[in-house]
Amino acid sequence: MIALEKRPQPSRLWRAATPLLAVALTMLAGGVMFAALGADPVEAIRVIFWDPLFDPDFAAYSRPQLLVKAGPLILIAIGLAIGFRSGVWNIGAEGQYIMGAICGAGAALALYPAETRAILPLAVLAGALGGWAWGMIPALLKVRFGTNEILVSLMLVYVAESILASVSSGLLQNPEGMGFPGSRNLAQWDAAANRELIAGTGMHWGVLTAFVAVIAAYVLMSRHILGFQLRLSGEAPRAARFAGVVPGRVVVICFAISGALAGMAGFFEVAGPAGQISIDFGSFYGFTAIIVAFLGRLHPVGILLAGLLMALTYIGGELAQLMLGLPAAAIQLFQGMLLFFLLATDVFVNYRLRLGRREAA
Amino acid sequence: MHRRTLLSTAAALAMGLGLPAAAQDDPMKIGFIYVGPIGDGGWTYTHNQGRLAVEEHFGDAVETVYQESVPEGADAVRAMTQMALSGADMIFATSFGYMDQVLEVAEKFPEVKFEHATGYKRADNVSTYSARFYEGRAVQGHIAGRMTDTNVIGYIASYPIPEVIRGINSAYIHAKKANPDVEFRVVWAYTWFDPAKEADAATALIEQGADVILQHTDSTAPLAAAEAAGDVIGFGQASDMAEYKPSPRVSSILDIWGPYYIDRIQAAMDGTWESQDTWHGIGDGMVGIGEITDAVPAEVREEALALKESIASGEYHPFTGPINRQDGSPWLADGETADDGTLLGMDFYVEGLTGEIPN
Repeated sequence: MIALEKRPQPSRLWRAATPLLAVALTMLAGGVMFAALGADPVEAIRVIFWDPLFDPDFAAYSRPQLLVKAGPLILIAIGLAIGFRSGVWNIGAEGQYIMGAICGAGAALALYPAETRAILPLAVLAGALGGWAWGMIPALLKVRFGTNEILVSLMLVYVAESILASVSSGLLQNPEGMGFPGSRNLAQWDAAANRELIAGTGMHWGVLTAFVAVIAAYVLMSRHILGFQLRLSGEAPRAARFAGVVPGRVVVICFAISGALAGMAGFFEVAGPAGQISIDFGSFYGFTAIIVAFLGRLHPVGILLAGLLMALTYIGGELAQLMLGLPAAAIQLFQGMLLFFLLATDVFVNYRLRLGRREAA
Repeated sequence: MHRRTLLSTAAALAMGLGLPAAAQDDPMKIGFIYVGPIGDGGWTYTHNQGRLAVEEHFGDAVETVYQESVPEGADAVRAMTQMALSGADMIFATSFGYMDQVLEVAEKFPEVKFEHATGYKRADNVSTYSARFYEGRAVQGHIAGRMTDTNVIGYIASYPIPEVIRGINSAYIHAKKANPDVEFRVVWAYTWFDPAKEADAATALIEQGADVILQHTDSTAPLAAAEAAGDVIGFGQASDMAEYKPSPRVSSILDIWGPYYIDRIQAAMDGTWESQDTWHGIGDGMVGIGEITDAVPAEVREEALALKESIASGEYHPFTGPINRQDGSPWLADGETADDGTLLGMDFYVEGLTGEIPN
């Protein structure tokens, strides 16, 4: 018989091993799925994981794109992970991301067509404030009225999407756009454009900010008293209260950090890769970042790696569609498997498998 | 596996080593970027039908690749760049929202020809194309006006852009001509494809008394809602939606891209491809009217087909004056027809429509 037995202590080995195991299992199960779709599974896996990095035709373009795609994921996930470790569940990063983009782009466009270097930093700040303000709504509602922050933050995503649709064909609409929805293209306006810092590397201000956020989060969570208090309130809320940590303060701090980071990510995206505010601007970075945060074990360095891995599956997945004619849905399934296997193997962090012993029912 | 050799030859071509595609023995590689899944039954489905028509027509002379559900924005740049890097000679980007992205990628790959659906920005290697769907809307409006008993026609609109507003105006003008008592109720769904939202919109319109539902969204959900309500009719949008025949689906507006795609690819092979703007209607075969079923009385069907014929031959323009704007100010004088510029930027309702265009 097979039985699960609770470990006295969570296994550190398993905690580190499960993401790798999940990736391996995803490749295996994904390979079976690709084979069922009539593609060569080995080739499909190679196109997804190898070609974006090393294919002579694509790699020069795909490698920088990895950073472009991973940048916002990492930036958002870093903020979310701080909250998740503190027991604060911000599920609405997508909304904060959208509001950051709207506020940042709005602040910049208010100054159009000025050409001063102050516009970009000003707009980044406005973006961060936009995301922060959107995050403050569920935070303050929770502190004041005890509402559930998971529900409120999630629902606010849909409100943000409606605001996005409204400003795309109203307030921020391009006056020279012939009546079509969408703002002016910020990437084509030097003062506000979030350009590549070194040409051909994909490294833009947002990616740089993401790297800085990784380091800052590491220092905060491992070296700073505030990080200790946050972690304590996540792991042992009662103990934290005895130690003088105010629960409401933790909620507000976590939402402030994650909201501001998501908002900044939104502005960097709209001023760079996306270019303009449009109805379809939201591209689920805010939701995907939740997967990235957990795949990275809520640890800053883990998130950095997980963000890059996630970006790889996106870009490799697109190549697989293009080169092998795999349907987009198969690629989404493949990404979904990654989270599924991670959650499944996570059982072994807290439990161990016992073979051959009969347990009483 | 000859993929690699094929790839490097084609890539060399894309890099601009010079020879026109027709001179190569390799098949010409054609890429398609779709905004939705190919199984959406509407917009993307019809573009994919166009791709299949290309494959059937040219056989081994072409190789087609596609990528579906590509979000409009940064992801589209990557999708098209990767296509160009993989050796595509020509790329069809089939949604309005790819406009700036097409131009950005086209600048980097001057040897690759781009065709952008429904856009208005062109370059030396970027053409635009669209269909005069408002011609189909005129026929649809006529049938709707003749078929309604409640005199209330529901219209599920997607986004308040000229394309959609043009359709509403055209349908309304011709419904009103057929039945002076007709009233339009417009619901803005803010989506091109969202079965749940579209079903909600249809149900709301039916509850307000509408017994004809027109849709400018791509799913079959409104037809399903019409079927559930009973005594309500609707029309197929983009594709035929034949599974709802003979009622509630009494006819449809068809997007027929295949012939245009074949023409343009042939032009590229012959070396006669040039950047241009194409706006084809019923007459050129880009817009079709799907079978009008027996649920429509023979007399009405005859009228509708006659209207379709007069539009196809160019004898009648769906926007022929006298037409006033919603606020009563004159737009077209008696016998005057609308110019394409005004139609392309249309941001106003014609007289008689109620409600406001959201902005």
